[in-house]
Parts: sequence; structure tokens; C-alpha cells
Amino acid sequence: MRNVYMDHGAGMPLDLRVFEVMKPYFMEKYGNPSSSHSFGNSAKAALDTSRENVANLVAAEKSQEVIFTSGGTESNNLAIKGAAYRNKAKGNHIITTAVEHISVMNICKHLQKEGFEVSYVPVDKQGIVDLKKLEEAITGKTSLISVMYANGEIGTVQPINEIGKLARDNQVIFHVDAVAAAGKVPINVEEENIDLLSVSSNDMYGPKGVGALYIKTGTKILPLIQGGGQERGLRSGTENIPGIVGMGKAAELAKKEMDAEGKRLTQLRDRLINGVLDKIDYSFLNGHPTQRLPNNANLRFSYIEGESLILWLDMHGIQVSSGSACTSKTLEPSHTLLAIGLAHEEAHGSLVFTMGKQNSEEDVDYVQEVLPDVVKRLRALSPLTPKEILR
Amino acid sequence: MGMYSEKVMEHFMHPRNVGEIPDADGVGTVGNPVCGDLMTMYIKVKDNKLVDVKFKTFGCGAAIATSSMTTELAIGKTLEEAMKITRADVAENLGGLPPIKMHCSNLAADALHEAIKDYQKKQAKK
Repeated sequence: MRNVYMDHGAGMPLDLRVFEVMKPYFMEKYGNPSSSHSFGNSAKAALDTSRENVANLVAAEKSQEVIFTSGGTESNNLAIKGAAYRNKAKGNHIITTAVEHISVMNICKHLQKEGFEVSYVPVDKQGIVDLKKLEEAITGKTSLISVMYANGEIGTVQPINEIGKLARDNQVIFHVDAVAAAGKVPINVEEENIDLLSVSSNDMYGPKGVGALYIKTGTKILPLIQGGGQERGLRSGTENIPGIVGMGKAAELAKKEMDAEGKRLTQLRDRLINGVLDKIDYSFLNGHPTQRLPNNANLRFSYIEGESLILWLDMHGIQVSSGSACTSKTLEPSHTLLAIGLAHEEAHGSLVFTMGKQNSEEDVDYVQEVLPDVVKRLRALSPLTPKEILR
Repeated sequence: MGMYSEKVMEHFMHPRNVGEIPDADGVGTVGNPVCGDLMTMYIKVKDNKLVDVKFKTFGCGAAIATSSMTTELAIGKTLEEAMKITRADVAENLGGLPPIKMHCSNLAADALHEAIKDYQKKQAKK
């Protein structure tokens, strides 16, 4: 049976070239970059190179503006809590959106319990943040605006440039969660007026357990982890050198190959979206049709539920995700799908396809071959399906 | 599939007694739109026994498998026996369910009980 993995948003394989450069750092170059001897020096050199590669990926002016973390969630924690705590004297108000990643959502909820005020700016039906409402939300007490670059679930890319201008004009720190976007779409922290930017290694074919936070020079944040003062005192703990080396290589490759791979994925994405919408009645696209990540297709099927779809597709060798409550740990449907105005039962019937390097046109065609029968089978079981569409 | 037992997957992929009974003697629907499961059970009663039970379910793998298992457990039973079928019986006969699925996706026994009560209500009116 053919296997078609289209859940790259949940987990990616390592690029083989990344794996190769990581290898020596487990058994041969195992020094600690803080040591003064030659083993320490070679680890330090590797750390510096990786920092430069990540800085280049997001067009940072100086590589020192990048610090390494354990992943996207930690980067988001450090950025949002770090900025909120450090700038509390200015104000206790934070602005974010209704469609942020669950990590940002839960960090903000946590801060609310600690006395911070958080405004969740709504989005339109395609997931684009309401700029007017965002501007209106800014007060003299606003210390931070946090908006994702792109939504990993519905694929929508936000007008970051315009939000950056708003933040700059109002002298508010601007954090961007770019975990889903980095390596897939070009990011320029200087031009886009971004002060803090979270990225993750595994979302660009690097190893899991590594991430980075870009911190523009002059942006004040408090560290969350105290210790030996690594990463300019903002993230103590001995550096995960093999992981960081892998992330550096992944960032270098992503920058080099983004343009060509982005075009290729966009074609695959649109082939999948158009094919499915054409072949399956009562199917819909979630998110923006064009302002979306090149590898993301979020499709919704009326009258059926996502986990059942996932199980059936897996039986056919196809792996995808769903916004259904039944696939979440909390039994709540995706807050993002509810925020774009979907009813609960609509959110339950949504599937997320996130494509990657190894996916081909043949893979897309295989999905189109399998999916209509699976949808039909589940609709035949469902009490919600109108009789006239069951033939 | 890691999450579900083989028995659950078997019932999910080959559900028994799917459909509607147009001249059903009783119909029961239970569901929780927030949780994403909705199921309807149709029963046919003769001489106080369930001679046919069919279902339609919108929901996850567990919701479909428990519906299917409930129909299997119920067919041939007297109404009194069928009223005693519990959610735990259904889960046990499926080789267990993941803890998170025990509550909202395991409603089929309730739907069956609702269908029986519906039948009894209609009988009382006759």
C-alpha cells in the first residue's frame, strides 16, 4: 500500500543533510561551549554558526539577537511572559488574537490569572486578524502585541507588516509566533518591525526539542530559567549542541530552498484543494484561498467527524490531522475553527493536510482517489446526512 | 491503531446494523454537539423482545464502534434485559476504551434506553 504522510505540521522527518551534520556532535565533538579548551571551542564555533544561520533565515541584523530554546512552546513562553513581566511598569495589557497557537493561548490565560489584562482580537471568516479592532485595542497600558505569522492549522498568513507598523507607531513590543511560517515563507524581522520572533527546528526538517527566539537589540525581557547564564543570561542550561547544529543546518537549507520548494508546494496544495472541492459535494476550504502557507490545505466535510476520517485515511496509508474535539486532549474543537465562525459540527468535520518535501503529485492524486469513498462511507453512517445526498 | 483496541477498530471498520428502521417501534437520540457525537437508535419489538436494532452515528471511532456493539448486545434481549446494558458493558465487550472516550463517545447504551422508553411511552398511549 502507498503511504502518504501529510501531517508535517505535527511532525517532520529530519532532512538527511541535517542528520549528517549533527552526527559528530554526539560521539566526537561533545564538548561544552562554555569550556576554555579545544573541545569547548569547537562546540562554541558550531553554536555560533547555527546562530548565524537562524539569524539569516529571518533577516536579523546581528546573530547575537538569536537565542536557542527547547522549541516553539518555550520560545513563546520566554517572549510573552518575559516581555510581560519585564515591562509591567509600563502596563499590564497584552494584545493577541483569537487564533493563536494553543501555547500562546494558554500563556495568555496564565497571565490573566496573574493580573494581566489580555485582549483577544477577532479574525474574519478567512482567519485574517481585524486590523481596525487591533488598533482600537491598543492603550497606554499595552506592553505587548503577540500575533502569529501564519496559522499552522488553517494556513492563513497574517498581515504582519501592517501589524508591525501599528506596534512601532504605538511603541509597543511586537512578538510574532513564526513556528508554522519560518522556513516556508520569507520573514524579515527588520522590515516587518518585529521585536520578538519564535521559531522551531522541527517545523523546518530539523530535530525536535530545539527552537529559537529572535530578540531585537534593546527589547527588554526577563529570563524564565535561572542558571549558569548561557544564551546571554536569557536561557540558562548547557546548550543542546547536536540539536542546535541540526537547527542551524535546517535554517540554512530552508533559506536556500524556500523559493523553489514554496512554488512546488503551492502547486500541490492547490491541486489538492481544487481536486477535493470538485470531487466531493459539501466540502469547503477553511482559511484564506491565497494568503496561506504553501503546504497547508484545511478542508471541511459536512455531516461527518474528523477522527473517523483520520482513522479511515490511515487504513489507506494517509496520515493527516483534524480540528475535531475527538482528536484533542481537552475534547474541545479547535478554537481557531470556532474563531473563523464555524459551528461545532463544522469544526468537527475538518481535516488538515500539511505537505512536505517528500510529497508528490502522485500523493495528491492518491488522496483524491481515496477520500471521496471514505467521506461517502461515513456520511452513510451519519444521522446528520440529508437523504438526498446519499445515492 | 495505537489508541483503540483491535475489537474497536474491527467494529469501526465493519459496523453492524447500520441504518434506519422506517417503521421502528421506538427511536432514541442522544448526543453532545460540543463533544461531537450524536447517535440515533431504532428498535423493533416483538413479544417484549428486541427483534431488530439499527443505528446512525455522527462521531469518532469510539462512537461508531460502541453503537455497533450496542446493537449486537441488544438484539434478541427482552426489554428488561436491554435496559440493563450499561456503558461499561459496551466498553468491556469492545476490549476497553481509552479513558478520554469513556464518557462522551460511549452514549450508545443511553440511546438504546431512550429508544426503549420511547417504545414504552407509545405503548402506554395505545
